[in-house]
Amino acid sequence: MKIEDKKRVLREMVLHRRFEERCYQAYIERKIGGFLHLYPGQEACCNGVMEAARPGQDYVITGYRDHVHAIKCGADPKEVMAELYGKETGSSKGRGGSMHIFDAAHHFMGGYALVGGPFPLAAGIAKAIQLKGGDEIAICFLGDAANNQGVFHETLNMAALWKLPVLFVCENNLYGIGTSIERSTAVVHQHKRVAAYNIPSAECDGQDIDIVYEHARKAVDHVRAGNGPYFLELMTYRYRGHSMSDSRGYRSREEEEEWKQRDPIFMLRDRLITAGALTMADYEAMEKETDAYIENEVIKFAEESPEPRVEDLEKYVLADRASQQPWLTGKAA
Amino acid sequence: MAQIMLWEAIQRAHDEEMSRDPLVICMGEDIGVAGGTYKATKGLFEKYGPLRVMDTPISEGGFTGLAIGASFLGVRPIVEIMSVNFAWLAMDQMFNSAAKIRYMSGGQIEAPCVFRSAGGAAHQLGAQHSARMEKVFMGVAGLRVVTPSNPKQAYGLLKSAIRSNDPVFINEHELMYNMKGEVPDAEYFHPLEGSDIARSGTDVTLFGYNISVHWCLKAAEILDKQYGISAEVVDLYSLAPLDRAGIKQSVSKTHRVVIAEEDEAPVGVGSEIIAIINEECFFELDAAPVRVHSALVPQPYNHTLEKAAIPDHEDVVKAVLKLFGKA
Repeated sequence: MKIEDKKRVLREMVLHRRFEERCYQAYIERKIGGFLHLYPGQEACCNGVMEAARPGQDYVITGYRDHVHAIKCGADPKEVMAELYGKETGSSKGRGGSMHIFDAAHHFMGGYALVGGPFPLAAGIAKAIQLKGGDEIAICFLGDAANNQGVFHETLNMAALWKLPVLFVCENNLYGIGTSIERSTAVVHQHKRVAAYNIPSAECDGQDIDIVYEHARKAVDHVRAGNGPYFLELMTYRYRGHSMSDSRGYRSREEEEEWKQRDPIFMLRDRLITAGALTMADYEAMEKETDAYIENEVIKFAEESPEPRVEDLEKYVLADRASQQPWLTGKAA
Repeated sequence: MAQIMLWEAIQRAHDEEMSRDPLVICMGEDIGVAGGTYKATKGLFEKYGPLRVMDTPISEGGFTGLAIGASFLGVRPIVEIMSVNFAWLAMDQMFNSAAKIRYMSGGQIEAPCVFRSAGGAAHQLGAQHSARMEKVFMGVAGLRVVTPSNPKQAYGLLKSAIRSNDPVFINEHELMYNMKGEVPDAEYFHPLEGSDIARSGTDVTLFGYNISVHWCLKAAEILDKQYGISAEVVDLYSLAPLDRAGIKQSVSKTHRVVIAEEDEAPVGVGSEIIAIINEECFFELDAAPVRVHSALVPQPYNHTLEKAAIPDHEDVVKAVLKLFGKA
């Protein structure tokens, strides 16, 4: 990555971190309901991979920890926040919520709440790309725990068999909800599990964006060149609990502190300062500007947006009837 | 108007739609090189090749999800699930992904997928290959469910299902693929909603769908010839949504109701039809509706027990006679 790109990405990562922390606060204030899964600690994963890909063009799909992936693809943070507030202006018009952010215009194909559910959907998106002859790729971001679902293996088999242009990114944060990977999974290093399907793979540090980027470039190039799927495992850590109802009783504060010593944002910041491309004052200004943007624009937009109308409760269950004639009743529209 | 078999009608619908639109594809176990368990995709592999006629591994959840993902980008997959019993493995993707995607994305993404599956009790296939599961599918918001009773419907419903932008589950029957019937020579689209009057009558309405339409027709014949009872047979080819107006219309005409279903009774098609009658036209009834249905047992292997578990036209006749106080 060029130095200018690194500075841009640092600013984006600060936004991603502060956005999520602001969500935490809004949840405590009961402005956000339902489940809320936050991303702090894992920012280098999404950012490093997407810097090597084409955000907005390549198709991205993920699980329920999805706000940052959506924003990275090009979703407007205002619309993502409005979705969390359940507003009509939200990215899914208030019908989806935190776990179901979508932005089809930017090829962000969604957040899904069944663990492992996106695996075959990602392969299907890749199948569609293959049929249409485009040079986009499908990128599937999921956690390590998703790999214990049957569809993980079913999908890897089909993706390899049909040489589908799909990159599987495993953000291995060491916990499936509150169960550590050692206690749930026979093999801790997930890339070893894909060897059985003849899919090339790599594992790397998921906290250092330069390392993620280098590995992702190789992975993305492999898939885009038509060589079939690739599996990239990023070793990372989520600072907060699985969701807001998780008090992290299953791990030690010492372990958390150890991971925070290798914070993805601070590592990139310090590297830029050492290189003379940034000062601490620049960084502090960046944080301040980001907070002001979130407060004055993002939160303001979400707060002031209207609720969906109750009359529209059943809108979007099925396709608009007029557009479906004559198939529904045999009569012209 | 040609007389063709039901599997040929399905094959013809595939062929016409695939030749019209390069984004229509089909997939399933043994549908390509082997030509399909029920021959419904015969000859398509040779004509359209492996990219569009996909022999899948035996991974129902996986390939169903793959089809749904492809449909997000405008591909129109026709998925064959060899037996409806295996569809349990694919329901997560059908229900959680296909049926909900439009709603939870606020209308941004749709899943124009078709899932075809053979259900029903055939001959001594035992507990895990004999299920009828339409009642499971018809209660899911965002999913259409249709079920053909003859080759014309099988052809026309599949054509409309492929064109529709909603996910559609088509419930076929293992015993009906070789059934012959007339299918128009010209292209034909059967509506996905509504019901057909398979036989007009005045004294009692027999509601059926898929194979039970044939029990009802046979029963109507016997009732007419032997008992002088004029039965109307309503073919509910659309199970989701059910045709409330059509149900009301026929009940308001005959005032008596028998519902025939191959499935077990609890939480089933029959219960739902009776609920609709209660809501739409309760005071039109001259007698309490009667259900004809399977015994609530896992399907037995033994021939005699199997026959005892599954109803037929004689049970429909008996139910009508009971309704008229003649049994």
